Amino acid sequence: MAVLLTKKSRVLVQGITGHQGQFHTRAMLDFGTKVVAGVTPGKGGTRIEGVPVFDSVREAILRRKANASIIFVPAPYAKDAGIEAIEAGLKLIVIITERIPFHDCLEIMPFARSRGCTVIGPNCPGLATPGQAKMGIIPNFIFKEGDAGVISRSGTLTYEIVNAMTEAGFGQSTCIGIGGDPIIGTSMVEALAMFQKDRKTKRIVVVGEIGGTAEEEAAQFINAHVTKPVVAYVAGRTAPPGKRMGHAGAIIEAGKGTAESKVKAFGEAGVPVAEYPGDVPKLLATA
Amino acid sequence: MKFLEHKAKEIFARYGIPVPRGIVASRAEEIASPPLPCMVKAQVLVGGRGKAGGIRPAETMDEARVVAREILGLDIHGYKVKQVYLEERLDIAKELYLSLTIDRSAREPLLMASSMGGMEIEAVPRDQLFMEHVPAVVGIQPYVLRGLTKHLGLSADIGDQVAAVVRQCYDVFRKEDAELVEINPLVVTKAGKVIAGDAKLVIDDNAEYRHPEYAKLDQDRTPLEQEAHDKGITFIQLDGDIGVIANGAGLTMATLDILNLKGGKGGTFLDLGGTDDPAKVKQAFELLIKANPSVILLNIFGGITKADTVALGVKQALAEMHTKIPVVARIKGVNEAQAKEMLRSIGMYAVGTAEEAAEVAVRVKSRGP
Repeated sequence: MAVLLTKKSRVLVQGITGHQGQFHTRAMLDFGTKVVAGVTPGKGGTRIEGVPVFDSVREAILRRKANASIIFVPAPYAKDAGIEAIEAGLKLIVIITERIPFHDCLEIMPFARSRGCTVIGPNCPGLATPGQAKMGIIPNFIFKEGDAGVISRSGTLTYEIVNAMTEAGFGQSTCIGIGGDPIIGTSMVEALAMFQKDRKTKRIVVVGEIGGTAEEEAAQFINAHVTKPVVAYVAGRTAPPGKRMGHAGAIIEAGKGTAESKVKAFGEAGVPVAEYPGDVPKLLATA
Repeated sequence: MKFLEHKAKEIFARYGIPVPRGIVASRAEEIASPPLPCMVKAQVLVGGRGKAGGIRPAETMDEARVVAREILGLDIHGYKVKQVYLEERLDIAKELYLSLTIDRSAREPLLMASSMGGMEIEAVPRDQLFMEHVPAVVGIQPYVLRGLTKHLGLSADIGDQVAAVVRQCYDVFRKEDAELVEINPLVVTKAGKVIAGDAKLVIDDNAEYRHPEYAKLDQDRTPLEQEAHDKGITFIQLDGDIGVIANGAGLTMATLDILNLKGGKGGTFLDLGGTDDPAKVKQAFELLIKANPSVILLNIFGGITKADTVALGVKQALAEMHTKIPVVARIKGVNEAQAKEMLRSIGMYAVGTAEEAAEVAVRVKSRGP
């Protein structure tokens, strides 16, 4: 099984002709993903890495039966791309694009929910189900098939932790990079619920960071609904209040969103929190 | 993007929100005809200025100049007062609170109001707070306004005025890509007029491109942070002395944490992002060197990032800046071995893990240059 993404998924790449889109289309194909189409308005009729390019999402669905989309288009055009994909009826959309104004996401996300479409991101490294398919930008070589579900708000920090897991022998069922923005499509709690339900997933790793209350809500949810062992890491223990630490969502304001509060909440839910990212496998071994 | 009170009020007024008359001054001598009697208000991008002596009354122009001179140059919670706003004094009957922000958990805008204005919103008891989500695809519907005015116990006339301000605030929130629109206090005058006593506005940095007119506004950045911002580099100066540079916000934060656990303290947060372009790496290092750290700790986990081109950028920057600052590097990525060799050949430290890198950085620092 695994969640959201399997080898059967027929993936469309929006923004396939851009530098990032093209590069990651190659990497996703190498991972085994069925990338069946690309969309770049005005570039229909061409091919990128052997993948046919169309002018619109509707054409890509009609001609190539795409059923999921990954979006690489630049921030000013991302809302258009997202709404087009939802409107065309796709049920899974991964938005890699960073720096999308969150007011755009305030429109994209409720529209997606009203159409029964799951959005991952924005500003995220995407999804990967090792041995099956990848919709994202995480390097292929760090994955290993296994039974740990990974949920992360971060990008490269996810690479670090997944890599450490793989080196220690803990493979992954699916890795979900939910993104570091204030408004995201799939919350930490929703991702936890997916892994709790998934038969292949036997343990869960949560990578959080300062800002917001996602980790506190996740801890509550774990306490009430998750029976599988969960371990966590929280970035930003030394971040000063009032400074936005790179991610639009990573800021401690009015005493809210601190690492202490998140570590404490996880502790109360019986979730061990790693001091170092590299300690996650050690915690998995005893969890 | 944060806005000073007078700038926020100027924007609010554009949307029809009633604001008091006022003038801005950066020197006491330039104050010509302030509205009298007035309040002289420090213009700083931080709260709590009233308690810090940043808001004072004045009856005459001479007094206004004296008070302005005293407030200008004050240091309020680390922010130097560069401007004062001299504003018409209001005859206050009642102070309300009004704000629009986002509720990340609900993933919707949140409207908050209270009849207990003028104090910090955190201090207002929960049952005194009107809270309502306003989905962006729906906007403010009349029932929300009815609920708000009832909760605040407002008369019909005042209620209508407040409802109009709520609508205007919502327009500001959506059209200006705001993270926060706050009026505290929203004043009801003895003459029965509703007017914004204060104004807070924060706009989403990611929406800067939609609001080029605000690009030149002074933000609370250090000169180096401003330089980085102009070059499109994510850079924050911190209290410590070790220059931390990594790729990705989460990894950079984690690197600072690791350093702290190993007994060091980060002096910079520099997120290199997804680049391995030597020119960009060089630019980032130039900034870092200007911050004058005792050691530089570089932590790159690259999937597609080429480790050797990152190393090349580092090498060029160090050579051109003629710096003796030691660099401890952990670079994981394509051509890792070549990168290590290149850095070692110029006397830098190249190690395998982030933890090791942090340990070495602390050791190198304590040995001195």
